[in-house]
Amino acid sequence: MQKQAIFQSKLLPYALVAPQLAIVLIFFYWPALQAVIQSFLLQDAFGLSTSFVWFDNYIELFKDPAYFEAVVRTFFFSFAIAISSLSFALLLAVMADKPLRGSMLYRTLLIWPYAVAPPVVGVLWIFMLHPSLGVISRYLRAAGIDWNPLLDGNQAAGLIILAAAWKQISYNFLFFLAGLQAIPKSVFEAAAIDGARPMRRFWTVTFPLLSPTIFFLLVVNIVYAFFDTFGIIDTMTRGGPGTSTVTLVYKVYSDGLLGGNLGSSAAQSVVLMIMVIVLTGIQFRFVERKVTY
Amino acid sequence: MVEDEGIRRYVAHFILWIGIAIVAFPVYIAIIASTQDNALIANGQMSLLPGGHFFEVYYQTIFVGTSGSTREPVGNMMLNSLVMALAIAIGKIAISIISAYAIVYFRFPFRMSIFWIIFITLMLPVEVRIYPTYKIVADLHMLDSYAGLALPLIASATATLLFRQFFMTVPDELLEASRIDGAGPLRFFWDTLLPLSRTNMAALFVILFILGWNQYLWPLLITTRDDMQTIQVGIRKMITTTDALTEWPIVMATAVLAMLPPVFVVVAMQKLFVRGLVETEK
Repeated sequence: MQKQAIFQSKLLPYALVAPQLAIVLIFFYWPALQAVIQSFLLQDAFGLSTSFVWFDNYIELFKDPAYFEAVVRTFFFSFAIAISSLSFALLLAVMADKPLRGSMLYRTLLIWPYAVAPPVVGVLWIFMLHPSLGVISRYLRAAGIDWNPLLDGNQAAGLIILAAAWKQISYNFLFFLAGLQAIPKSVFEAAAIDGARPMRRFWTVTFPLLSPTIFFLLVVNIVYAFFDTFGIIDTMTRGGPGTSTVTLVYKVYSDGLLGGNLGSSAAQSVVLMIMVIVLTGIQFRFVERKVTY
Repeated sequence: MVEDEGIRRYVAHFILWIGIAIVAFPVYIAIIASTQDNALIANGQMSLLPGGHFFEVYYQTIFVGTSGSTREPVGNMMLNSLVMALAIAIGKIAISIISAYAIVYFRFPFRMSIFWIIFITLMLPVEVRIYPTYKIVADLHMLDSYAGLALPLIASATATLLFRQFFMTVPDELLEASRIDGAGPLRFFWDTLLPLSRTNMAALFVILFILGWNQYLWPLLITTRDDMQTIQVGIRKMITTTDALTEWPIVMATAVLAMLPPVFVVVAMQKLFVRGLVETEK
């Protein structure tokens, strides 16, 4: 699609794109290129000489069991966060889609957590579930559960998933509600006349019609779990106990902080980049078919 | 809908209120904790009702800061966050609206290549390029500066795409009319296109402000001086690894203060917020 009515000017358009182009080239392409180049180089222990080592850094990386664990953990976190948050948000959206008194109020009261920053989410949840002083931990202990997410890796992982899913409820709720409102009411009426009970109507009518929204949200939630959980993890567990909450992004960050192997951390960045490209690609393919608002 | 839904309606209200309670509970606890005495909280005996230390805690948080880990007043951190969020939001809107204008309203060599160069940045979030970007910012002597905080986050393919999409829907007659009036490209942009884009800009601003205010990883890396910390970074530094030293009422007051501006924006400008959110995801 192109505009027919346009301006003629030789220099002006370049001047207009120049600021964005400059920022993009300096702060996006140049560092990304550096990461790619670095990932093929090996520096000696003193940083005096570097040599080109082809894919050695990648091979090392994939042979490293810690990295493999981080990959599996990241995917597990992503799906656990996405599925728990999506199902709860869908339940709320289906309820809020009914013609209820005060439905605008409900919407307002459910969407604001979108604005809470990940590190703050982490602080809120670790405070409630802190082993020694958390208000919920008291009850968990009273119920006979040996609750200590700062020592127990599985509990720490569960806590991260819970907090991350909590933050994402509002976003999913908003998109589900928009998706539901876009479904014509006559479809439900037709199903009802055919004698379908509400639960059956949901699974045979609503759910299939909502599937583009569900798929879109699934991808968005996975991307969220990949990247935005960093702040939650960093304030709650700092990757611990041990490495039980280290995700891929957290690993790039913490390996880099230790300042060790430049080539390996660059290779990790490149792998992440490829994952983002794939996820964005999937997202764009399906955005076209997404429900209209 | 179709059947009489008396009882179902009550169920719906009930489930929604449970949802709201789950969503609000952590924040309620934070507000309560920020009004209590630290010794009580540290003993695990926090009350679930407001305490009497509200003014004292918030005064210390905003103007003094914690006494141990970071001595930076949270008021100053909020100022840093505000400057960064505004710079990111305004910067993104400004540079993307003019580049979208050039791409839609002009024909020039490499037009589409430039469009793609901008578009592909969608796939390069800051997390995948943190250390090389850090090095560039360090080489440019922008560590611990507002420019260093904002510039690397300022380019936005989403905003450019959004404005491009919107400009495509602006009728060509407007341009022809203003050309008859003798307006050049800059005049047309300023007098016609910009006023038309106001709602889009506002919706985008709401989203970008929230995203900017909530930035974490990048500020964490490039701020070393306490007085350049943003509130999100500051709050993490307040949680010391030795639990005994963490001043929880102040941490919780900081959490409340960190939530306040973006939550206010969402609630007060709900229409724009929803619109911005839906538009930027398209």
